Amino acid sequence: MNVQRGVELVVGLFVLAGIAALMVMALQWSNFGASRVAGYEVTARFDNVGGLSVLSPVKLAGLTIGRVDSIEIHPETFQAEVRMVIDDKYDNLPTDSFANIYTAGLLGAQYVEISPGGALESLEDGDRITMTQSAIILESVVSKFLFDKAKE
Amino acid sequence: MKALLNAIARLGRLFLDGAQHAGSMALFAVELAWVLIPTWSRPRDIFQQIYAAGVLSLVIILVAGGFVGLVLGLQGYNILSNFNASESLGVMVALSLVRELGPVVAALLFAGRAGSAITAEIALMKTTEQLAALEMMAVDPMRRVIGPRFWGAMIAVPLLAAMFSLVGIVGGYLIGVVVLGVDQASYWGQIREQMEAWDDVGGGAIKSLAFGAVIALISVYEGYRAEPTASGMARATTQTVVLSSLAVLGLDFVMTAFMFGA
Repeated sequence: MNVQRGVELVVGLFVLAGIAALMVMALQWSNFGASRVAGYEVTARFDNVGGLSVLSPVKLAGLTIGRVDSIEIHPETFQAEVRMVIDDKYDNLPTDSFANIYTAGLLGAQYVEISPGGALESLEDGDRITMTQSAIILESVVSKFLFDKAKE
Repeated sequence: MKALLNAIARLGRLFLDGAQHAGSMALFAVELAWVLIPTWSRPRDIFQQIYAAGVLSLVIILVAGGFVGLVLGLQGYNILSNFNASESLGVMVALSLVRELGPVVAALLFAGRAGSAITAEIALMKTTEQLAALEMMAVDPMRRVIGPRFWGAMIAVPLLAAMFSLVGIVGGYLIGVVVLGVDQASYWGQIREQMEAWDDVGGGAIKSLAFGAVIALISVYEGYRAEPTASGMARATTQTVVLSSLAVLGLDFVMTAFMFGA
């Protein structure tokens, strides 16, 4: 009886572990390893964020300085409002900095690249970067090129 | 001329043997299907078999999963960094494991580790006439011996495959993020972004469930129909591993074509 109970216990644990493994993978790792960076929040509105997603890197001169925290539609402008958390170390970014959405390499993930401006004041928690450039959508670039060619 | 005819005849005999084997396995499967539900009247027998087939296979499955993940991390990093896309390492490792390597490699290891053991056990019971003795006592060996082993193997395989994939993804994380310096949040973020709960994880689970059923059927069948001699047992055990592995790989292709093809 005792041995039987031990077996049942171990089998129960085994089944639970298996189901837990499936669940973890199925539930998209909700917040697993997402360790939020400590820092201040900055928002930026883009016409099109392309493949940008939560946790995408925010880079300055190619180095990661923060993360995308959330992406929502701004109800009045219908633009995508991207909230970013930037490491406190980089708290001297000028207020007129420029935010671009770029793609890493040919197939890579998309990220926000900050190009610093020249203003004397720095961005602070809750500020908004007003100058942005959307993700480059390959189709629109190609069609623009084709139409320009056709006009010639 | 005569040699040629002999060769053709041998080919024909091979084919007929194969057809007979498949046919009697199908009949056996039907017979087994009738006792599958009644087997649950003694769930403890089944738990015992899950323990023997599943829990005792954990070590080999987890260690193998870890190493497969490490290798995938290394190889994937080398390839992806050529395209400057090493951020996608996480999703590459995760998708290859969840869709393909987890179910298949776990099933192959399981066939070698547990399938052969099931066959040997049943074949020995038959050789020493324990199955006949059960029948003499009006105990149905299909229900008491075969059924629980079938269930045990079939339940164990999907669970083992899921753990294999999970450990593999952690292995890929270790090599990719900790050793090679891929961005940590990108590793998990890309997985979260691009892996679908139902299509990928569910598809992999369905695959491994089917593999489990096939391995379980082959294992108990080969044991039950083994020639009751020492060499017959040896042949049955070998046959289980060979047939299960081939069946898993063949079935994998067919199921992949249906689920992820098109």
